Amino acid sequence: MKKTRFSRATAILGTLVLLTLLCVNFSEAALSGSFKKDNEITISFGTPVDEAWAKNTANYNVFQKTDPDIRVPVESVTLDSRKTSADLKFQDPLNLSSEYTVEAKDVLSEGKTLGKLEFSVKKSQAQILFTILLGAMLINNFVFTKYLGLCIFFGVSQKKDTAIGMGITFTLVMVLSAIFCWAIYTYILKALQLQFLQIIVFIGTVAIFVQAMDTILRKVNPFLFKKLGVYLVLIVTNCIILAVPLINVDSGYGLFESMTEGLGAGVGFALALFLMACVREKLELCRVPAVFKGLPIAFVVAGMFALAFLGFSGLSIF
Amino acid sequence: MNRNVQLLWNGLIPENPIFRLALSMCPAVAVTTSVENGLMLGLAVIFVQVFSSCTVAMFRSYIHPRIRIPAYVIVIALWVTVIDMILPVISPDVYKKVELFVKLIVVFAIIISRLELFASKEPLVPSFFDGLGMGLGFLLGLVVTGAIRELLGTGRIFGFEVLDSGPLLIMILPAGGFFVIGFIMAAFNYIEYKITGKIPTSGGAH
Repeated sequence: MKKTRFSRATAILGTLVLLTLLCVNFSEAALSGSFKKDNEITISFGTPVDEAWAKNTANYNVFQKTDPDIRVPVESVTLDSRKTSADLKFQDPLNLSSEYTVEAKDVLSEGKTLGKLEFSVKKSQAQILFTILLGAMLINNFVFTKYLGLCIFFGVSQKKDTAIGMGITFTLVMVLSAIFCWAIYTYILKALQLQFLQIIVFIGTVAIFVQAMDTILRKVNPFLFKKLGVYLVLIVTNCIILAVPLINVDSGYGLFESMTEGLGAGVGFALALFLMACVREKLELCRVPAVFKGLPIAFVVAGMFALAFLGFSGLSIF
Repeated sequence: MNRNVQLLWNGLIPENPIFRLALSMCPAVAVTTSVENGLMLGLAVIFVQVFSSCTVAMFRSYIHPRIRIPAYVIVIALWVTVIDMILPVISPDVYKKVELFVKLIVVFAIIISRLELFASKEPLVPSFFDGLGMGLGFLLGLVVTGAIRELLGTGRIFGFEVLDSGPLLIMILPAGGFFVIGFIMAAFNYIEYKITGKIPTSGGAH
C-alpha cells in the first residue's frame, strides 16, 4: 500500500519535472533555431505569423556569427501548418560546425508587428561530439577508408581472441594518448611556438606513454598485464596512434573533441579487427589457391570490407 | 663494389618492402590513387631512409643498445621533419594530397626495421646502398600500384589519356587499393613458384 502511494508520488513528481523541462525548452525555442539538413534552418516564432510576410525572403538576414558582414542568401521559406515555425532553405550548404544568426525583420503576427527577432542557430556540443565519433568510427573508418594501421590489422587479425585483446588495449591507449598529445600541443608547443616539432614530440609522447603503461600495468595489475601486455609494445608501430593527434591538430579540436576522435578511432579499429578475424578464422578452412594463401587473400577480403564500409559514406544523423 | 650493387638489387625485387616483406602497407594502399602521389611519397621515403641509415651507421658505436629504438625513432623523426618542410616548397599541390602520410613516415615499419637489421651493424657505405635499395624498392611498389590503379580507374597515366574505355571507378575507391595489392602479391608468389618450384610463405606483416 505504502509502496504504491510512493510510486504514484514519484510518477507525478517525474511528470511535473518533465513538464517544466519541456516548458523551459519551449520558451527557449522561441529564440533559437536548429539545422534541419545541411542547407536548411528551422526557426520557430512561438506565435502564428502572417503567411505573406513569412514567405518574403527579404525579411530575413542570415549570417555566420563570426563575420556578420557576409550575408547568406535565403532561397525559399516554407511555413508549417500552424504557421508558428518556418524552414529557411539555402542554395549552398551551410557550415554546420559554426554558429549562425537569423534576424527576422518586422515580424507580423495576427495583424501586429512584433519588431525584430533574433535567432541563434548552432549545433549543441553533444551533436558535434557524436558526429566526430560516428565519423571516426564508421564513415571514415581508419582501416577501411583511410588505410591506416594496416600493419597491425593484418598482423593480429588471425584469431578472434587476439583481435579482441588488441582492440580493447588499443582503444584505451588511443583515448589517453589523444588527451596527452592535445595537452602537450596546446600548453607547450603552441605556447612556445614550436609547432614544427609536432612530429618528433608526438611520437616521443606516444612511445613514452606506452612504455609507462607497460611498467605501471606490470606492477599494478599483473593479470591484466598478462592479457594485454603483448599488444602494448606493438601499438607504437601503429600509424593510427600518431595520425589521430595530427588530425586533431589539423582540425583545431579541443579537449573533448580530441578525446572523442581518439575513442572513435579506437572503437573503429577494434571493430575492423574483429570483423576481419571472424572472416580469417573461416578462411583457414577454405581451399584458397596456393599463391593466394596468407596475405594476398587477406588483402582481397579487406577490399571487400572496404566496399561494404563505403555504404556508410553520406551517413549523417544531425 | 659488387656487393653494393647486390644490396641495391636486393631491396628492389627479392626483398621488395611492399610485395615481399609486406612492411609499411598503409601508404601503399592509401596514396596510390595516382602515379604522381606514389612518386612523391616514394621520393620522400628514399630521402628519409637513406639519411637515417647513414646517420645511424655513422653513430652506431655511440648508441647504447638499450635505448636504440627511441634513438632510431628520434633520428627518423628528425629527417621526416626536414622533408616535411622541403616538400611543400617543391610541389605544394601534390604535397597537400600526401601530407598526412609524409608525416607518418616516422612510423613506417620498413625504415626502422632496416636501421635495426642493417645500418646498426654495417659501416656507412653499405648502409647507404641498403637504404637506397630499400627506398627504390618502396618507390617501385608505390609507382606500380599507382600506375595500375590510375590506368584502370581513370584511363590515364600522369594525367595523359591512355585507355579509351570507360573508367573502372572501383580502382580509385579505397577497396581497389586492397584488391590491386593482393593480386600483385599473388603474382609475385606465382613468379617465385615458377622459378624455384615452391610457394613462399608470405612476410610477417608488421
